[in-house]
Amino acid sequence: MTATPPVLSVRDLKVSTMGRRPAEILKGISFDIHPGETLCLVGESGSGKSVTSLVTMDLLPRGELEVTSGTAALNGEDIVTASPARTKALRGAEMAMIFQEPMTALNPVLPIGLQMDEIYKAHTRMRPAERKTAALEAFEAVSLPDPPRIYDSFPHQLSGGQRQRVMIAMALALKPKLLIADEPTTALDVTTQKQILELIRKLQEEMNTAVLFITHDMGVVVDIADRVCVMRHGEVVETGAVDQVLGAPREDYTRALLAAVPSLTPRPARAQQAPEPVLELEAVNKVFAFRPFLDKLLRRPGHRVQAVSDVSFRLDRGRTLGIVGESGSGKSTVARCVLRLEDPTSGAILVNGHDIAPLEGQTALEPARRAVQMIFQDPNRSLNPRLTTGDSLIEGALNAGEPRAEALQRAGELLEVVGLPRDALARYPHQFSGGQRQRIAIARALMMSPDVIVADEAVSALDVSVQAQVLELLAEVQAKRNLAVLFITHDLRVAAQICDDVMVMRRGEVVEFGPAGQVLAHPQHAYTRALLEAAPGRDWDFAAGRRVTEPA
Amino acid sequence: MLTYFLRRLLMAIPVMFFVAVFVFLLLRLTPGDPAQAIAGDQASLDQLEQIRETLGLNEPLSVQFLTWIGNMAQGDFGRSLISDRPVLEMIGQRLGPTVALALVAMGLTLIIALPMGVLAAWRHGGMTDRLVMAVSVIGFSVPIFVIGYILIGIFAVNLRWFPVQGYKALADGLWPFVHRIFLPGLALASIYIALISRMTRASMLEVLREDYVRTARAKGLPESLVLFRHALRNAAIPILTVVGTGFAMMISGVVVTETVFNIPGLGRLVVDAVLARDYPLIQAIILLTAGTYVLINLLIDLSYALTDPRIRYQ
Repeated sequence: MTATPPVLSVRDLKVSTMGRRPAEILKGISFDIHPGETLCLVGESGSGKSVTSLVTMDLLPRGELEVTSGTAALNGEDIVTASPARTKALRGAEMAMIFQEPMTALNPVLPIGLQMDEIYKAHTRMRPAERKTAALEAFEAVSLPDPPRIYDSFPHQLSGGQRQRVMIAMALALKPKLLIADEPTTALDVTTQKQILELIRKLQEEMNTAVLFITHDMGVVVDIADRVCVMRHGEVVETGAVDQVLGAPREDYTRALLAAVPSLTPRPARAQQAPEPVLELEAVNKVFAFRPFLDKLLRRPGHRVQAVSDVSFRLDRGRTLGIVGESGSGKSTVARCVLRLEDPTSGAILVNGHDIAPLEGQTALEPARRAVQMIFQDPNRSLNPRLTTGDSLIEGALNAGEPRAEALQRAGELLEVVGLPRDALARYPHQFSGGQRQRIAIARALMMSPDVIVADEAVSALDVSVQAQVLELLAEVQAKRNLAVLFITHDLRVAAQICDDVMVMRRGEVVEFGPAGQVLAHPQHAYTRALLEAAPGRDWDFAAGRRVTEPA
Repeated sequence: MLTYFLRRLLMAIPVMFFVAVFVFLLLRLTPGDPAQAIAGDQASLDQLEQIRETLGLNEPLSVQFLTWIGNMAQGDFGRSLISDRPVLEMIGQRLGPTVALALVAMGLTLIIALPMGVLAAWRHGGMTDRLVMAVSVIGFSVPIFVIGYILIGIFAVNLRWFPVQGYKALADGLWPFVHRIFLPGLALASIYIALISRMTRASMLEVLREDYVRTARAKGLPESLVLFRHALRNAAIPILTVVGTGFAMMISGVVVTETVFNIPGLGRLVVDAVLARDYPLIQAIILLTAGTYVLINLLIDLSYALTDPRIRYQ
C-alpha cells in the first residue's frame, strides 16, 4: 500500500482565524491517505477535524479562516496554492464531500435530479440524455428505490437515510479519487447509520477511493477505519492502524478518549430498598390529529398520527428508567406527556400518586410542574441567551413565590453542587462550554427540588469525555437526593451504563421492557436485537482494548 | 398545487365581503345624514330628498346593501357627485397610467435591487457591500419628489435624453411609452430599490451560511449558479413578500410621482375625490384598492408555492 503514492498528502498544515487577534486553529498537522484506504480523523469538538476537510476542499469560509503555512496535495498538486478556478474544477470531480446533516445539505427548493445533473454539467461534456442515464445509474448504485421517482422528487419527500444516499451518489458521481465524509452518519438512526457505513465501504472498494472520514464516535471508527488519526486542539495526537491505536494507544489523551466510550455491556444492577413509586403511567395514548379548516368544512376526516400507544410503566424513587428508540419512536412524546407539555389523549399519569392527565390550568398542574423537571438535549439552545445564569436558575423559584435573594443564594449553592463556581451566576450562557451549560441545565432542574428528572437526550450533543462527566454528575445528584430519572436516549451505550430499567420503543409502541441487564444483554424482541447489532463498534471491547471475536 | 390555490382563493372571499360591508357602512355611518354629508350645508330639503331617493336611503339597510352589491355585480358602481360620470369609467381612464408606472417601477426595482443585494451579501463587509448599503440609505432618506426633480434636472433638462413630463400609453407605440415612463418609473423605484436590495442582502446572508450552499460549492459549481440558483431561490420568500406588498402600495401611493411627472393616473384621481368628498368615487376606489391587495396577496402565495416545493405539497 505504501508503494503507491498517496492520494492526499497533508504536510505541516497551519490555519488561523483572520482579524486583529488571530488564533491558530490548526497547528501544523500532517497525514497521508492512499488509494482504497479509509483514514478516520477522530477528535472532540474544536479539535480542527472539520477545518482540515474544508482546507482540502478549498472551502474555508472567506474572510474568517486562512491557511498560514503548509500544503495539502491531492495527487501531488497543492490545493493551498492552486488557483480558485483549478480547485473548483477539482471539487466534485477529483475530490468530493459528504456532510453531516442530510436534512440541510440538499437544497430544499430544487428537485434532486437537477442537483445531481449539475455535477455532470459542471465537470463533463455529457449530453442531457447521457447525464440523466448516469444519474439514474448512480442512484441505483447507492440502492435507492425507484431512481426515476427519486430523480423527480424534492429533498423533503425523502427520508434522512435516502437523502444521505443521494448525497453519496452525488459525491461519487464522477468517481473521485478522494472522498471526504464529515460525520456523515451522526444525524442518522443507528440502523440507517449501519447501512450507510456499509454502503460507503462497498463503493470505496469498487472504486478504490481514498476516504477521509471525520467522526467523533469511536464506535464508527471501529466499523470503518483502516487507519486512525486522533486530533486535539488542532494537533495530531496519534496516528496509526486502527487496531494499534485503539488496542495499544501510546498517548494519554487517546487512552482517556477510549476510556470515556460507554460500554455496551450493562452495568451491574443496583440494589433497591423499599420501592416507592413517584411516577406511574397507565395505558397512555397520544394521538396527533390534524384537521384543517377546509377539511372540517367539507366534513372530511383529518390526518391522525398515533405517536404513543398504550405506554405503561412505573418509576421508583432513586431509580433510572431509560426509554430507547429511533427517531419517530414516540420516546420524546412520552417525556412531553409526563411533563404535560403535551396533553395525553387517554390514560393516566400519576405523579406521587395523583393523576395529572386530566388536570387543566397552571394552578392545578403546579405541584406536578415542581415535582417533574426536565433537562433538554441541546444546552446551546435550551438556555435563554439574554438571561444570566442566575436569572435562568431562579425563574421557576420566583414563580413559586420564593424571595429573590433566597433563590439566588440557593442557585449559587446548586452551581457548586454541579461543579461550577458561584460567580457563574452573573454570566451569560455563551460564556460557557457545552458541558458547562448542561451542568447549568441540571442545576436549573434541581432548583425546584423535584422528585423526577426527565432527561431528553441530555448528553447526546456532548463530546464523549464531557458526556462521561455529565453522566457521572447526574448519577451523583441522583444518589444524594434519591431522585427518579426518566432518561430518553437513542444511544444504547449510554442506556447500558446508567439505566436500571430499559424500555424499547418503536413507532409509538413499547417493544420490550425490563431490567437493563435483561433487555440489553439478552434481548427478546427482534427489534431490540437489530438495534443492538447496529450499534457502531459493537465488535470492539473498549475496556479490554481488543476486537470481540464472539459477538455478545 | 391546485387545491392550494383554490384554498387561497376561497379565503379571499370573506376578506372582500368584509371590505364591501365596511365601504358600504362608511357612508351610512358618517355622523348625521349621509345625504346632508353628500349635499353639503347649502342644500335645500328638496335636494336632500332627491339624494336620499337616488341613493335608496329610505330603504332598510340590508336592502340597500344588497341593491348596492347587485348594482356593482352589473358593473354599476354609481356616478360621481361632482362630474356625474360613472365612477368606473373615471377610474378606468386613470388605471392604465398608474398600473403601467407601477409595473415599470417594479421591473426596474428587480433588475437593479436583486443583483445589488446578492453582490452585497456575497462580498459581505467589503467595498461593494458598503457601496450598496450607502445607495440604499440614500434611496430611503431622499423623498421621491426630490429624486424626481433631480432626475428631471439631469436627464431631461440638461442632457435632454428624456422629456420633462407627460404620459403616452403603450398603445401609442413602445418608444414614446418607454421614453416618457422611464424617469418617473426610476423615481418611484428609488425607495423600493433601497428596500428590496436591503431585504435581498439580509435574506442572502442568512442563506449563504446554509449547508446546501456549501454542498453546491463542494460540487464545483460556478459561483454564479451557487448564488442565483441555489441561494437566491431560497432567499426569495421574504423578498417576494416585499415585492408584492410594495407593488400594491405603488398602485395606491403614486400620487407624488404622478404629480411631479404630470401623469394622469389614479393617485391624482384619489386626491381629487377625497378633497371633493365624492363618496361614490371614494367607495369604488377603496374597493378597487382592497381588491388589488387581495389579488396581489393571492399572487404572492402562488409565487411562494412556485419557489418552494415544501409549501406546494402541504
